[in-house]
Amino acid sequence: MLKTFPKGGVHPPENKLSAQAAIEVFPIPPQVVIPIAQHIGAPSTILVKRGDMVKTGQIIAKTSGFVSANIHSSVSGKVTKIEDVVDSSGYKRPCVIIDTEGDEWEEGISRDPSLISSIALEPKEIIERVLEKGIVGMGGATFPSHIKLNVPSGKKAEYLIINGVECEPYLTSDHRVMLEQPEQLMVGIQIIMKALGVSKAIIGIENNKPDAIESLNKLAPSYPGVSVEALKVQYPQGGEKQLIKATINREVPSGGLPIDVGAVVHNVGTAIAIYEAVQKNKPLIERVVTVTGKSLAKPSNFLVRIGTPISSLIEAAGGLPEDTGKVINGGPMMGKALSNLDVPVTKGTSGVLIIRDEESGRKEIAPCIRCARCTHVCPMGLEPYLLMTVSKNSIWEKAEKNDIMDCIECGSCSYECPANRPLLDYIRLGKSKVSQIIRSRRQS
Amino acid sequence: MSTTVILTIVSLSIIGIVAATILYFVAQKFKVYEDPRIDEVDEVLPGANCGGCGYPGCRGFAEACVKSEDLGNLYCPVGGNDCMSSVAKVLGRTAVEKEPDVAVLLCNGACSLRPNTNKYDGAGSCTIAHNLYGGETGCQYGCLGLGDCVRVCDFDALHMDAETGLPVVDEEKCTACGACVKECPRNLFELRPKGKKGRRIYVACSNKDKGSAKKIGCDVACIGCRKCEKECAFDAITIENFNAYIDPQKCKLCRKCAPVCPTNAIHEINFPPRKVKVEKEPALAETSSTTSAQADGATEVVARKPRVKPESTDATKPDPGSENNPS
Repeated sequence: MLKTFPKGGVHPPENKLSAQAAIEVFPIPPQVVIPIAQHIGAPSTILVKRGDMVKTGQIIAKTSGFVSANIHSSVSGKVTKIEDVVDSSGYKRPCVIIDTEGDEWEEGISRDPSLISSIALEPKEIIERVLEKGIVGMGGATFPSHIKLNVPSGKKAEYLIINGVECEPYLTSDHRVMLEQPEQLMVGIQIIMKALGVSKAIIGIENNKPDAIESLNKLAPSYPGVSVEALKVQYPQGGEKQLIKATINREVPSGGLPIDVGAVVHNVGTAIAIYEAVQKNKPLIERVVTVTGKSLAKPSNFLVRIGTPISSLIEAAGGLPEDTGKVINGGPMMGKALSNLDVPVTKGTSGVLIIRDEESGRKEIAPCIRCARCTHVCPMGLEPYLLMTVSKNSIWEKAEKNDIMDCIECGSCSYECPANRPLLDYIRLGKSKVSQIIRSRRQS
Repeated sequence: MSTTVILTIVSLSIIGIVAATILYFVAQKFKVYEDPRIDEVDEVLPGANCGGCGYPGCRGFAEACVKSEDLGNLYCPVGGNDCMSSVAKVLGRTAVEKEPDVAVLLCNGACSLRPNTNKYDGAGSCTIAHNLYGGETGCQYGCLGLGDCVRVCDFDALHMDAETGLPVVDEEKCTACGACVKECPRNLFELRPKGKKGRRIYVACSNKDKGSAKKIGCDVACIGCRKCEKECAFDAITIENFNAYIDPQKCKLCRKCAPVCPTNAIHEINFPPRKVKVEKEPALAETSSTTSAQADGATEVVARKPRVKPESTDATKPDPGSENNPS
């Protein structure tokens, strides 16, 4: 019997349309728009000014705090503008706009595709390199990776868990990466293990990717401490806490972090980015993006430079279909609909999903019938119907008491609700209000 | 039979007397002295419990009034000066006269002037939409039109205008309690002095983008051109973040700023219609005629229905909104 997390979860249709499409290198766009807030935390400080010439891989914005990340130019060319542009957040935020001229790389970056498996750097140097090269979590949450590599004093990491679950329907970028760059992934895992000082690493992969499981299983014996764990298909297994529970059967306490139970979780894409940063000195300037949708002519996986407009990806995948209802940045469960197709690809863009009009609309909201299906599917053991009601009525104390902050925003409740209630919308509202209250309480 | 009845009555009476005695002494022991004036003040307050004064309900305000030495910082916006003078009478102090305020909406982007670039179909709450993204139009500072302010108003003073998609303040009913100011996630409400005969002038725009960017999103945005600032003889107008602000304390309601505004972002409320001047210079004639047309009705609603946008909404753009859209 395959392992999975025991509480809640749903199994939406997988629709992995682009699973067999090999990763294509996307041509360098004539202009890139690079947002300086691509990660969770403080936006970076811009280091370039209008008219500057930059090279591919050159740092253009520096970290501006503990939770922040460096940003590098993804093309070589001239900085034409620094202005506010609508990004995937739906708001105008500062971006560096670069017009491409050739493709001249910064010195010191190796573009040789051969595998380097011996790790020369010491743990401290690895963490510094990860920070310097602007690596963030590539599963979508974009949390700066160097922070997760720094084990806080008094805590001990025992397991490194590599997230190759890709539980979101439609998305296949992690799947393709595991198939096409398994050795780089393995070395990347070894690097992270060295940085953390752990001896055991588990790659968690859902059973709907048998080819990836097989190829990594073949490689695993030659990398000490690494094992592959096939998992039952269940959304949201890619959630950190669910994956820890599924692989090592430990439960992260409410309000705690994975390190509290001795685990550190990284995405497969992040592991490869760390491999490239440490072994090839390459900053995070490109990523694999799945462009998919039922009526899209050619669902694809592209290796895209950061800052490329999403509209050009859709164009390359066969153009925007006539019956498009919504274009979603990310997967169908946790992704966010875009208000504008010129939004650039960022470090966290794992996929672009085109949903047909007939499937995209919200259905009419009916009263709650207390069927408790939302409670049943909640992987965190919360009561979504209650949290929605208290959030709607602004009873923040009760929302906090009922652990609203433990919600991982997976959307299983909204997916399952037979009355089409916008549960997650209100829970998110409640979460933002309650976190404001908690913050102000800490300050006073 | 009769003894049972008598016994019951007697025993119950004894229990009653004993309990009453105990309760009497307990009540004496734990008596809390409350200033009787609190009740008296509470009596003259409106009893709306809206929180507009900054205290938790009318009772809390009454306690604060009794406790405070003077009534300088205390004001009930619902009851106004009449209410405060009766409070002062009860307490034997003097009330500070205050000019009544009214809420105004700092956005003029009606549907026809601010074309939709996408469609929102998420939960019907401004705060949720605001947390999610910039909104359905090219202006990410403007009214979202989902009516959180209308729902929070205790005095039925706010209504959504179906045509413009913006909330309209009923100045008769508005008590300036400030609930809408707190509720609006985009801070589009401001409490401004009602003014003499209800006359007031303000800039109905909160967009902080550069002028050119605003123009794309909205026809009636303040573009920060500084024409009104130059026109004003009383230094009442300041420009910050490409957005003009008229200081109600300095403004003398001379109405010189409104005609020079190239985007009609300056609103004049409750003024008599302007006289149409026949100018020889064509450019000036155009300005004065548009303003006169706008000021004709001299109400907030009429002022909001100026020109018609020629372009239609781009229908091919995708709809955002739904976060969880399993297919």
